[in-house]
Amino acid sequence: MTQLPQDAAGVTPTERPPALAAAMAGGVETDEGGTSLWTAALKRLVRNPSAIVGAVIVAAFLIVALLAPVLAPYRPSTTEWANQVTPSRLPAFSPQHPLGLDPFGSDLLTQLIYGARQSLIIGVVSTVLGLLGGALLGILAGAFGGWVDTLVMRLVDILLSIPSLLLAVSVAAIVGRRPESLMIAIAAAQVPVFARLLRGSMLKQRGQDYVLAATSLGLRRRSVVMGHVFPNSLGPVIVQATLILATAIIEVAALSYLGMGSPDPTVAEWGRMLVKAQERLESYPHLTILPGLCIAVTALGFTLLGEALREALDPKTRK
Amino acid sequence: MTTTYPGVDEASPGSRTPLLSVRDLRVTFGRRGQTGFRAVDGVSFDISPGEVIGLVGESGSGKSVTSMAIMGLLPTRGVRVEGEALYDGRNLLDLSQRELCRVRGSQLAMVFQDPMSSLNPVVTVGTQVTEVLHAHQKLSRADAKAEAIDLLRRCGIPDPGRRFGEYPHQLSGGMRQRALIATALACKPKLLICDEPTTALDVTIQAQVLELLAELVSSLGTAMVMITHDLGVVAGLCDRVNVMYAGRIVEQAPRRELFAHPRHRYTEGLLNSIPRLDGDRDEPLHPIPGTPRDTIGWEKACAFAPRCRHATDECLRPDLELRQLAPHHDVRCVHPAGAASSGATGGASAAGRSPEPPKERS
Repeated sequence: MTQLPQDAAGVTPTERPPALAAAMAGGVETDEGGTSLWTAALKRLVRNPSAIVGAVIVAAFLIVALLAPVLAPYRPSTTEWANQVTPSRLPAFSPQHPLGLDPFGSDLLTQLIYGARQSLIIGVVSTVLGLLGGALLGILAGAFGGWVDTLVMRLVDILLSIPSLLLAVSVAAIVGRRPESLMIAIAAAQVPVFARLLRGSMLKQRGQDYVLAATSLGLRRRSVVMGHVFPNSLGPVIVQATLILATAIIEVAALSYLGMGSPDPTVAEWGRMLVKAQERLESYPHLTILPGLCIAVTALGFTLLGEALREALDPKTRK
Repeated sequence: MTTTYPGVDEASPGSRTPLLSVRDLRVTFGRRGQTGFRAVDGVSFDISPGEVIGLVGESGSGKSVTSMAIMGLLPTRGVRVEGEALYDGRNLLDLSQRELCRVRGSQLAMVFQDPMSSLNPVVTVGTQVTEVLHAHQKLSRADAKAEAIDLLRRCGIPDPGRRFGEYPHQLSGGMRQRALIATALACKPKLLICDEPTTALDVTIQAQVLELLAELVSSLGTAMVMITHDLGVVAGLCDRVNVMYAGRIVEQAPRRELFAHPRHRYTEGLLNSIPRLDGDRDEPLHPIPGTPRDTIGWEKACAFAPRCRHATDECLRPDLELRQLAPHHDVRCVHPAGAASSGATGGASAAGRSPEPPKERS
């Protein structure tokens, strides 16, 4: 006890055992600053194996798409080896062309890498567009209620009753063959999904006690809706966006397979690669399998990540 | 800390101009054209500046609906609110949404029952305090933050600088209720309505929060309406007490008077139902028989009559009046307690009515 430092002995009114005093001086371990629900969700996310798998696939896809010019062995869509291709046979795999050539004489690996870039751009842009449009309608319906809600939701119901691919094809046909038509078409098909989801989520939040409390404190309706209801409603929407990205990537492929893709024939797209390959499906199946695999694996990655995200954010599945 | 309220028992509550004067408040739930359910049925009371009044009653007696109606928080559809709530010369029940927004938070504020759900989970505690400040006062960001931290400190939150940036789920229940009180008192309202602020808390925390409320209210000069079913809360805090039953006030009295001489049979029953520490341990408890659903409409009889041991045929008078039995002590009862002889005078006028026999309840 006499070993206690002078100041500590002076401060403590009753002399404490040194261990206890040290423990008290150390205080309780606390992490600095706030951990939001999102930070907590992220912590749960990294413990989920399927989230890791999904994240790895998505990360690989992102890296390939973003670094395409660095990773690809050649420039995209050069058909300089077209003379090596005959209607009946393609040159075999070679060190110059690890995956061989496509029927138009372009390097297949290069095409696949640049295809990732195309899928990413169109997928992300269309999902963001769809999210924005859907959020706008959803907020309108969820915040005002009443006849605005009825009007918006009936409109959304009509849009939802049309199969999304059909809707996208129609929109693409209306917009015409332009580089951005695919994005607009896919976004249009996503708008009703996001609108309905956000509206439902906001309705659920609107009945919560904290909304009543915020109202009782004299906050304006706009700040209650935008500052309290909206941020709390975003969880399911973000999860849905991840899952819809997977669908969007498949739809990009589907639409370009149907000939709705970019008007520039030299732009590499996984869907269009399938079209080019289908005539040689029997003799050279790898031409079909490889782009197909790219589409499927990328979509799987986003789905795994989205599902894991939903589990991490859903309080019911927390362990 | 017990705040003393000098001369509360003597001072006439109506002598000063009341801060809020609720007159004949009626709230009916139901669709238009149908006979709805009247949750609040002609409630009147006054609150003077700085006064603490209690609104006591069991579940379903209309306490919370009364407070929600005053704050204009009831939904507009399916609810009809009649009567007056005069505040500063204006009827709060007639204000537009815009005017309500200006009054709420700055003049009137409310603390809710459940601190777990009354704070927004995705917004930091600090932001929830500062946004109230920004809504009603012109303050710079830095000033608002300083003010909010000061508020949190005064509401007894340790290390308010750190708590400012934390989210509600990182705070304990008591701490959250303190944060909620900080948001309610941020703009120094003239009137604070507390809707069972301690029901969701531990008993030890309850005492702390009540103490804090009493302290803050008296230092800010804020009047307070304490809605509770806990007579202990009332005993420690309120200057005057309104006891509600089935949507009407059945007894109004200063605190001491009410606890010393409860006159309404319902109040008496409530007080008798509290087990006594010094009582015989084997003595059975004394509950009020029945449930609040065993009721007759006030338009036919005393709504408490079906559960009252002292009910007679005379209790079947429609629309019983609040009678003043003592100075500032009003009771809505035919046979008030502690007045066996005077009860006859109340019943005399009813004698000529040839009342129907009491309805049997199934």
